[in-house]
Amino acid sequence: MDLRETEAERAFRQSLRGWLAGTLPGLPGKPSPDDWPGRRTYDTHWQRLLFDAGYAGVDWPVEGGGRGSSPIEQLIFKEELERAHAPYVGVNFVGLLHAGPTVIAEGTPEQRQRYLPPILRGDEVWCQGFSEPDAGSDLAAMRTRAVRDGDEYVVTGSKIWTSHAEVADYCELLVRTGADDSRHRGITWLILPMDAPGVEIRPLTTIAGSTEFAELFLDGVRIPVANRVGDENDGWRVTMVTLSFERGTAFVGDLLEAIELLGETVTVARRTGAWDDPGVRRQAGHLRAELDALWALTKRNVSQAARTGVPGIGGTVFKLAYTETRQRLGEFSLSLLGRAGLAADDVVGLDGLGVLPAATMVEDWLRGISLTIAAGTSQIQRNIVGERILGLPKEPSPHKAAAPAGKGEPWTSS
Amino acid sequence: MDFELTELQADLAEGVRRLCQGRFPLESVRALESEERVVDRAAWRELAEAGVFGLCLAEEAGGAGLGLAEAALVFEELGRALLPGPLVATHLAAGLVDGADDGSAVVGLVERPRAGSVAPVVIEDLADLDALLVVDDGGVASVEPASLEATRLDRPMDPLTPLWTVVDLPAGTPVGGPELAAWWRRDGAVLTAALQVGSAAWTTELAVAYAKERHQFGRPIGGFQAVKHLCADMVVRVEVARAAVHAAAVTVDQPEVGDSLVAAAGAKLLADEAALANGRSCIQVHGGMGFTWEVPAHLAYKRARVLATQFGTDGELAESLAASL
Repeated sequence: MDLRETEAERAFRQSLRGWLAGTLPGLPGKPSPDDWPGRRTYDTHWQRLLFDAGYAGVDWPVEGGGRGSSPIEQLIFKEELERAHAPYVGVNFVGLLHAGPTVIAEGTPEQRQRYLPPILRGDEVWCQGFSEPDAGSDLAAMRTRAVRDGDEYVVTGSKIWTSHAEVADYCELLVRTGADDSRHRGITWLILPMDAPGVEIRPLTTIAGSTEFAELFLDGVRIPVANRVGDENDGWRVTMVTLSFERGTAFVGDLLEAIELLGETVTVARRTGAWDDPGVRRQAGHLRAELDALWALTKRNVSQAARTGVPGIGGTVFKLAYTETRQRLGEFSLSLLGRAGLAADDVVGLDGLGVLPAATMVEDWLRGISLTIAAGTSQIQRNIVGERILGLPKEPSPHKAAAPAGKGEPWTSS
Repeated sequence: MDFELTELQADLAEGVRRLCQGRFPLESVRALESEERVVDRAAWRELAEAGVFGLCLAEEAGGAGLGLAEAALVFEELGRALLPGPLVATHLAAGLVDGADDGSAVVGLVERPRAGSVAPVVIEDLADLDALLVVDDGGVASVEPASLEATRLDRPMDPLTPLWTVVDLPAGTPVGGPELAAWWRRDGAVLTAALQVGSAAWTTELAVAYAKERHQFGRPIGGFQAVKHLCADMVVRVEVARAAVHAAAVTVDQPEVGDSLVAAAGAKLLADEAALANGRSCIQVHGGMGFTWEVPAHLAYKRARVLATQFGTDGELAESLAASL
């Protein structure tokens, strides 16, 4: 176990830090959260800057046009970007972290050539059409139907939780090509051009008041068979291939942001006098321990990925622990704001001395509520830990005659 | 950076696990329940031969010259085996108290209450001790165990940790100053946390094994989400606490990577919680059987309570972490 950086890692960090210091001051002002065209322009401009500097796709393999960095360098990359308050991956998220890697792994040479470079350059934006109103945690229950008609698929159905749909050029779309009850065995992965006739986007407003994602309605949308990635009815496997792509670094930015938020929360507590309360101090101390431990766990997962190619069980464990810690941090900061936390506006205290940063804390608390739901609820994550890691039996399934015993490596202490 | 175990570290942990399985199976540990003495001298020397006590002692002083990271891995295994006796104290005393490193001396440790405190002084394993080290902010002093007028507590919570109280704790012979006290408190916290991680991992395995084997409503209870999720949470607590303990130990060995005092406090806080919560969950998963003396879940839970009072309580640890913010 060695937490020290190698010479090469230090050099990578230093040159990245230098580039960030020279580049970030020249960025335009951030657009407002609901200005989607503005956000697209801002995020894709940033992606272009990364591309020109050779930092696009640090986590993509070289054969996909990426930098092919080691998991440790990916960790350093995300750490430095967060510490420098660089822009987030934003609207490039699906392209860079899911659709692109899927095309790299499963696409044809023509598909790779067509779709990968524009993602890396920030020219094209992708969204994701996986979940459906009746297929959430049970994704394999999806019903959006694709019927083959010559060299096209005709797709009808609806998708939900599609982030960045309004500004996306393409959608990675899962459709049902098998029988209605074919579940995992009858799903196909398609590239949907978002300007195809029959695509309707209806934005959804979140409890934070933002329009982060949308519902997608597909009515007889024609998609060329050439847009299919992988074989017909093999889309479930195609999708799962890239789930292990992320090398334990998915939450690096979030985690470092949480550590910073804890610092700001303590500043608020000191200003309001709440810091004199031992109960408040102990809560803060406890959160510090949790966040430090999660940073250590990140390094553990990334180190494992560097050795084996995958972060192992760490990703699921990390998500479970991090999301709940982050929510406790949100509750803590809100309780310290007291009545100043009743609006997402910065408020000047009676002392007139300064502003309590209520806006970001209230927004963060609200956003945090989604963490234990998005990308697999905590309840589903616990099933995964129980069944795949501990080998406990599955719940009885209506789709199978008998519940088989869970497989998986027995979990041991090391 | 590579935060995975080296081959040597993995082998070391594996070796100690085998030693514990062979030499200290649960039946033989349980045979010591409620005894006045819980240290088997021959077995204690075998632990010494395996390097448990002299691991971090410099090679020229007769030790193995390894770091706290290696010691933490070893202590995790000792914790998993529920080994009784003053393991951490004897490890810390190696090189300072004759015979601690080679297993010929059993060394205990106790914190001296601050002046004016009315908190009772409770001492573990007194009948087994060859030396008792008393720690306070000013330093470390050695007290002759036999010289103490101690009263044995009849009903210690952990049947494998016999307890005594004294109303007078003599000044003793100074063996080190404030720096030694601070160093011991930090390393003691990390190694005790490692014991707790071992315990938390063991109770997880115990609970999972029972959840697979126990049938109700015609199927293993581990198939029900209510039970499965209890087990999943146990795993999460172990993995998070273990990462914290390993990071703290490495930070002690590699001071340039962080603040070892903060890391040690955080590790102990989370490891205590993991051992306590997992011990409790292990009893719950076992249902009525978990409340019987026969099922060993209570032993881990009770030991976790004992260890949670050593080298910093939850409140003290959280306060010291807050002071770093």
